[in-house]
This record gives sequence, C-alpha cells and structure tokens, in this order.
Amino acid sequence: MNSLSLTLFDCVVLVTLLGLAWQLLATPDLFKAMVLFMSFGLVMALAWVRLAAPDVALAEAALGAGLTGPLFLSALHRLRGTRKGERRQQLDSIEHRGKIEKVTQRTSGRIIYLLLRILFAGLLLTLLVHLATILLHVEYENPGLGVFVAEQQEESGVISPVTAVLLNFRGYDTLLEIMVLFVAVVAVWSLATVRFSEKSGQVSPIQQGVVRILAPLMILVAVSLIWQGTHLAGGAFQGGAVLAAAGVLMMVSELPWLRLIPSLPVRLMLVFGPLVFLGLGVSCLADGRFLEYPGELAGFLILLIELACGLSIGLTLACLFVGGRPVDDLVDRGQLEEGS
Amino acid sequence: MREVLDLTGIVLIVCGLPFFLSGSLGLLRFPDIFTRLHALTKADNVGLGLIVLGLICQAGSLFEALRLLMVWLLVLIASSASCHLIARSALEKNIKPWMRS
Amino acid sequence: MTVLFAYKLGGLCLFFMGFTALILRSHPLKKIMAVNVMAAGVFLLFIAMACHGRVGVAIDPVPQAMVLTGIVVSVSVTALALVLACRIQETSGGAGSSEGEHPPQGDS
Repeated sequence: MNSLSLTLFDCVVLVTLLGLAWQLLATPDLFKAMVLFMSFGLVMALAWVRLAAPDVALAEAALGAGLTGPLFLSALHRLRGTRKGERRQQLDSIEHRGKIEKVTQRTSGRIIYLLLRILFAGLLLTLLVHLATILLHVEYENPGLGVFVAEQQEESGVISPVTAVLLNFRGYDTLLEIMVLFVAVVAVWSLATVRFSEKSGQVSPIQQGVVRILAPLMILVAVSLIWQGTHLAGGAFQGGAVLAAAGVLMMVSELPWLRLIPSLPVRLMLVFGPLVFLGLGVSCLADGRFLEYPGELAGFLILLIELACGLSIGLTLACLFVGGRPVDDLVDRGQLEEGS
Repeated sequence: MREVLDLTGIVLIVCGLPFFLSGSLGLLRFPDIFTRLHALTKADNVGLGLIVLGLICQAGSLFEALRLLMVWLLVLIASSASCHLIARSALEKNIKPWMRS
Repeated sequence: MTVLFAYKLGGLCLFFMGFTALILRSHPLKKIMAVNVMAAGVFLLFIAMACHGRVGVAIDPVPQAMVLTGIVVSVSVTALALVLACRIQETSGGAGSSEGEHPPQGDS
C-alpha cells in the first residue's frame, strides 16, 4: 500500500512537471509563463526530495523557484518599461507569426511549412525514443563514486557527504563556481546601470511591516542552513540563496536604510568569500597541496569557508537581481551626468 | 496514549483536506480575482492549520512540533500579506469586483 | 526501477521540450526560460541516473554536488542573459528582432 501510494505520488509529480513545462513554454502570455515557471521550480524541488537529494531540493526551492522567478519578473518589468503602451513585448513572437502567416497564405508555402514542422517533430521524436531505449537497457556495473566518498568521509572533517564532496574532495569545482558567480556580477555591472535611489513611493506599508518581520527570520534561517551544511542537508549555496531572497524582499519593499549603504563595503563583501576560500586553499600549500586541508582542522576550515562564501553568495545573487551597477554615490552620479 | 494521539492526528488531517479542496475549487471556479483570493487565503489557511495540528500530534519532539507551528504562522503572515498586495494591485489597475448581473 | 525510468524519461522529455521551444519561440525571455527547462531536464536525468536501483535510496553524493553547482551556475547565467536581453532591447528597440527599423543608439 505504502509503496503503491508513493508510486502514485511520483507519477503525479512527473505529470505535473511535464504539464507545467509544456504550459509555460506554450503560452504566449509572458507573465503567465513566469508564474508557471516558479511553480515548475517548486514541483522540481518535490521531485528532488523523491530522488533522495535533499541538498538539491533545498537549492532548487531557494534558487530555482525563489530567485529565478523574481529575476524574470524584474526583467519583464524593465523590458516593458522601455517601450510603454505597446503590447508587443507582452505577446510572444507576433512579428514572427506575421511573417509565417505571409508565407503560409500561399498553399505551396503552407505545405512546405507543415512538412518542415513534421520533419522537425519526427526527428526529435526519433531521437527521444532512441535515447529512452538506451536508458532502458543500460546496466550499471560500477557502483559510482559513492563508495569512495563513504570510505574517505572520516578524513573530510564533515558528516554530510555532499558538503564533503563540495568543499573538500572537489573543492576546485566549488571555488571555480564561486568565481563564475563573481564574474556574472562583474559582467552585469559592466552591461547596465541602475538608479538604486529612485523610489516609487508606492509600496504598501503592510508589505514593509511584513518584510521587517520576515527579513530577520530569513537571515536566521540562512545562517542555520549554512551551519547545518556540515552535518545535514544545507550549506553555503542554500543559505546564500535565502540571504539573497531576504535582500530581494527588502529591496522590493524599498526600506529607507537600504539607500544609505555605501558601495565600497558591498564590493568588499562580494570578494570576501572567494578571497577567504582562495586564501585558505593557498595556505594549505605550506604542508600539502592546494585546497588539501590538514586532517584535524578540516571541519573548522570548511565551516569558515562556508560562512564566508554564504555571505558573499547571498550578496552576489542580490546584486544579480538588481540587474546593473547601482549609481548612487555622488561621484558616480557626476560621471553619469557628464557622460550624457 | 500513542494510539489516541495518532488517531487524533489522522482525524485532524482528514478534516483539513476538504478545506484545501474547496480552496482549490474556488481558485479554479470563482469569477473574479477578489473572490478567488478570498477562497485561496481563507480556506487554505484553515486547511493548513488543521493539517499542521494533525502533524503536531504525531511529532516526535517538542522542537519538531514548534517548528511545524512556525511553518503555519509564517504561511499565515506571507499569505495574508500577498493577498493584500495582489488585491491592492488589482484595485490600482481598476479591476471592478464581480457583481451578480 | 520502473519509477526511476519514468523520472529519466521525464528528464529527457523536459530537455526536448526546452530545445523545441528554444528554436520555435522568438521572444528572448521565452528562450531563456526554455534554456532553464532544458537545464532542469538534464539535472533530473543526471540525478535519476545516480540512483542505483530504486527511487528514494540514498544516492551517490558526487552527482548531487555537481547538480548543486549546476543549479547555481544556471541561475547566474540566467541573470546575465536577462540583463543582455534588456540591453539588446534598449539599443536595438525590438525584442530580439533582427529587423533594422531602429538604428542602434550608442549610449555610454
């Protein structure tokens, strides 16, 4: 009975996942697609729980559903803002369709278009069926890397195997990943500028009040997630994502003190995590190899790295949400006015 | 004692389900945004409250029970605030409430 | 085993759906969303492949760590792509359309 109901649950999750994906890709209304995208992320998190990957589930719920949605929404807001009063941005591919309609008015054009679509669908379907049969018949001879991780777990200094892989055994990957995040912020800042101090003044006082209650709680949850990463599911990425979500909430509700944050500490905080990670990795060179922590200190060092990186990741993601370099201080504003 | 608690938990969870069902039905079937918000935030919060109470009956420790209660409280705060925000933006866009015509 | 296969198949289907949408949709936001769906499909397939045997059994931590990395990278890629889309719109005027009705305006 139990396993039957779980199988049923799996099927419901999968069907919902595929249905949501179809809907969000098919609908011409961009706003609707974004709402569906957020629900898609949440159902994805359920699927991760069912596949016994709680770390991934936490990351997906915080990042995939919690942060990507607002990213899309603010991008849509900006896209609409640049050309007000035109519905062209909201509806997907009207011009494109117009072109196709012109072609398909002729019968020969219509037949060719139809044939092309059938050919494309057929090709994709064949590929899908082939890959599916391969998956069905593939057999695993090796048990994967899990055995080795379990063997070396003692030496890693942490109890959670995923954290051991992320920060000890495959520390290189994680270091590079944090660098990727940093490079993303640098790229975003060099592409666009945002007037951070501009206030709409339209924020409901209830929203501000709720954020004042929620933000400290979220920061608490973030820190506990980072700390919990050493022995349970959680870690720097999940904690950082929750921190970023708290930051996004505060920015969206335009809390007055946010404008007072000077940019230098923000920049320093952005590089703090990567620098700590890199510095500790290099200091391991003294008696060993790069990023190879000494046994007795490993647990402490990993916690230190996670805390520093969690803070930086949170700030990085929040900066990505802002979508450009904030031009707030007087120097920047002067430059901007000179330039224009 | 254990059995009584388990049974109470099951009864509470089963009591919570119709609220969720009616909330979802309301979301799908009600005519305008305001009535839909009403169905969603009222019925679902009661349903969630009953389910959380049922789960608390089966919780292993006091800490776990407190955490479950916390979940409900946070959802209450978040859903009432988001309901207010959605209704507010609907009013700003001059969406008229549905009237029986 | 069969449920696990269903998850793998689901991952494949997500990937192909995203791929099709990436080609057929012309709006940049839709394209970015399609890439995200494709990424979700790849992650799902990868994690399902790492489950040896049944659903719900504790799995290999290495693919989990890699998927975790992948999710974070895909979020940063999405953010960058969205800013690029906004920038393209700003300079060319059209939402990703290649028609040169509006000459690009150089600003800063």
